[in-house]
Order: sequence, then structure tokens, then C-alpha cells
Amino acid sequence: MKSAYTWGGILVIVFASVVGDVLLARAMKQVGDVHALWRRAGLWTVVSRILGNPNFFLGLMAMAVAFFSLLFALSWGDVSLVAPAAASLTFIGNAFAAKIFLHEKVDRRRWIAAMLVAAGVALLAG
Amino acid sequence: MTFRKYLVLAGVTVFAAAGDSMLSHGMKQTGNISLHHLQGVIFAVRNPFVAVGILLLLAFFASYMNSLSWADLTYVLPATSLGYLLLALVAKFALHEEVSPMRWLGIALISGGVGFVAGGPALTSQEHDHEGKSPLLAKNARNGAPGEVDARVVSSGVQQ
Repeated sequence: MKSAYTWGGILVIVFASVVGDVLLARAMKQVGDVHALWRRAGLWTVVSRILGNPNFFLGLMAMAVAFFSLLFALSWGDVSLVAPAAASLTFIGNAFAAKIFLHEKVDRRRWIAAMLVAAGVALLAG
Repeated sequence: MTFRKYLVLAGVTVFAAAGDSMLSHGMKQTGNISLHHLQGVIFAVRNPFVAVGILLLLAFFASYMNSLSWADLTYVLPATSLGYLLLALVAKFALHEEVSPMRWLGIALISGGVGFVAGGPALTSQEHDHEGKSPLLAKNARNGAPGEVDARVVSSGVQQ
């Protein structure tokens, strides 16, 4: 029962995280390289451009859902299971989501990385 | 990739691992949160470990946003997975949780995935990617539109 709660929590974290990560990544790509922007236009421009981005706020809300799910799950399971399992499954979900929604070139190198992480997660759960 | 960018990625890794560990420790002190007593979450935030954990995760968030502005999501995420190695060490030596050999193997595989991604380009999602491997060049090439925004910002600054 306890492990059903833990894995249920992990699944909620993963879904919310993938949605949040994709929205935040899209927001930051729209903002542009913050190092270059900071040098060119100053910190205030960087902050206001990030806070003015709608994708940023939607992503933040999804991340808030993921965060509170994490709080629940951490009180039910070990940190060395919950945190890596949720983050790694998020990584695999994100590989698909980044390819579909962000048009990143997820090449063989990155798929191998995703599979290594998947194998690692299976071992963590065992 | 400059030294400063590697430093940001290191921040992503360390802050995430340290923040999660603090949260776990704090939540173990707070005890289980029941779905029928959601106010337990409010009390949890008053635990110092949970509070510091949240601060560390805010630092993680800042580094994460920073890195996402110049690198792919699928490039940055593996960097966070280096944190699993840190987490396992913290879980074993600071939280005194049991970390089995199978989990160590899993953590090793996950960390191994980082090597595959780290060897490739950081940014592939730009439309001007084919013009050159340097994300900065691509960035400059497509900065026509944002340049207008900068001009507006500068002029509004002058008005003030």
C-alpha cells in the first residue's frame, strides 16, 4: 500500500514535471541566452522579460504541482528512490516531449542516454 | 561552452541534490501527510530543513532557467542526473538510509547516460542551427526581432 502511494506520487510528479519542463524550456528559448542578454541590456531586462512570458507562468504552475507531489511522495518513500525515479522517468518523458514540442534533435546519443537512465531507474526500483 | 556555463550546470546538479536531501530529512521529521489533513503541508514548511530545502531548490530553479536559455532541455536534464550520485552519498552518510548494491548500479547507469549527452552539442533546437555549430552564432543570426525589443527597452530607459 505504501509503495502504491509512492509510485502513484511519482507518476503525478513525472507528468507535471514534463509539462512544466517543456513550457519553461520554451519560455527560456523565447527569452534568449540570459548571459548575452544580461551583458547587453542588464539584469532588469532579463528579469522582466522572463516574468513577462506567459509560458513561464504556466510552466511554473505545473512545477508547483510537481513540487507538492514530491513533498507527499518524499514523506512516503526514501529520497534515494523517489527523487531519482521521478527525475529519471521525467527525463525519458522529456526526451519524447522535447522532440515533439520543442523540435530538439534527439539523436542516437541522447536516446542511448535515455535508455541508460531507464535501466538505472528499473534497478533503483528493484 | 564556457567555464561559466559549466559552473551553471554544476549549480543545477548540486542545488537539486542538496535541496531534495534537505526536504527528505525535514519531511521524515514532520511525518506522513494524509490526503485528509492537507494542512500538514503548511506545517511541513515551518520545519527548518524543509525551509532550507525550498531555498536550495529556488537556487536550483535559477540555475536551471539560466541553462535552459542557452541549451536544449535534453542536454540540461542529464546534468541533473549527476545529482543521483550525490543523492546516494547524502542518503547513505547524512540521512543514514540503506543504499543497496542494486541501487548503486542503477545510479551508475544513470550517471553513465550523462557522458553520452555531454559529448554532443548543447543546442540543437534553433532554426539557424545548420548555419554553424556555435549556439552564439545562431543566436546572433536570429536576433533581428529581439533587437527591436532591446531598442524599445533602451529608449524607455532614456525616457525615465
